Amino acid sequence: MVVDLTHYLVVSAIVFTLGVAGIILNRKNIIIILMSVELILLAVNINLVAFSASLGDLTGQVFALFILTVAAAEAAIGLAILVTYFRNRGTIAVEDINSLKG
Amino acid sequence: MAVAFFYLFSAVLIASAFAVIVSRNPVHSVLFLILAFVNGAGLFLLAGAEFLAMILVVVYVGAVAVLFLFVVMMLDVDFAELRQGFSKHLPVGAAVGAVVLGELGLVALGWQSAPGAKEAAAAPIIAGVSNTAALGQVLYTKYFLFFQASALVLLTAMIGAIVLTLHHRPGVKRQKIEEQNARTRDNVIEIKKVPSRAGV
Repeated sequence: MVVDLTHYLVVSAIVFTLGVAGIILNRKNIIIILMSVELILLAVNINLVAFSASLGDLTGQVFALFILTVAAAEAAIGLAILVTYFRNRGTIAVEDINSLKG
Repeated sequence: MAVAFFYLFSAVLIASAFAVIVSRNPVHSVLFLILAFVNGAGLFLLAGAEFLAMILVVVYVGAVAVLFLFVVMMLDVDFAELRQGFSKHLPVGAAVGAVVLGELGLVALGWQSAPGAKEAAAAPIIAGVSNTAALGQVLYTKYFLFFQASALVLLTAMIGAIVLTLHHRPGVKRQKIEEQNARTRDNVIEIKKVPSRAGV
């Protein structure tokens, strides 16, 4: 038995689903939501790397590298906004963040 | 052997991803996130992407996860209160998760490779060149503009994070180097002629 592409696809599908479910389950806690987004991006990266290995094409790994870059930037900016918001308002509960009345 | 390791890494990855979204304490969530990323790096190693595996460990475990940990510990938040809607959202979350998993499962189990997909590779993996060298040969030539663009993204993120979080508290004494350097003999020293026997 060998590990083929389908195995990786199934694993990344499960991790992606857990990330999506985590966003819905922890709707109040923005820190867990950010972590779920990181899980989703990890699932996407696993997909890209698996396809890269299966098709013998490095482009998938280059893409995964860029996704890592964007994910790191997103985490840094998101947490910076979180810290600033907490300093100003004293709360990070998602439903209290309604100043824009959106 | 590789199969056993694949199942080990995948099982721990899925279990820790599950623990990230259900654990009560956000610190535990962050630690499980680190475990998930380490196992994801293991999967990358098995797929032959050594450079990405190491980058995942360095960037995620070393920087992003520690940043999360830092923020979770720094913010004085009542996390039990934030968890209150968990059981209320459980049916919705499970339903959406089941739908997403079903659809992704259909795709993952029922896909077919297009004919000629292997021959259409934009940057074929060359045998005998290490993964890091091969990635560098592609990244710094063919995708150089994208590489620069991602550097710009990181620069923007860095400036943004600093601008957002830097704040000067009033009443804190700080060293002002430009004021120190601007001091000259003329504007800080005043020479008084004191007449003798008259006092100051």
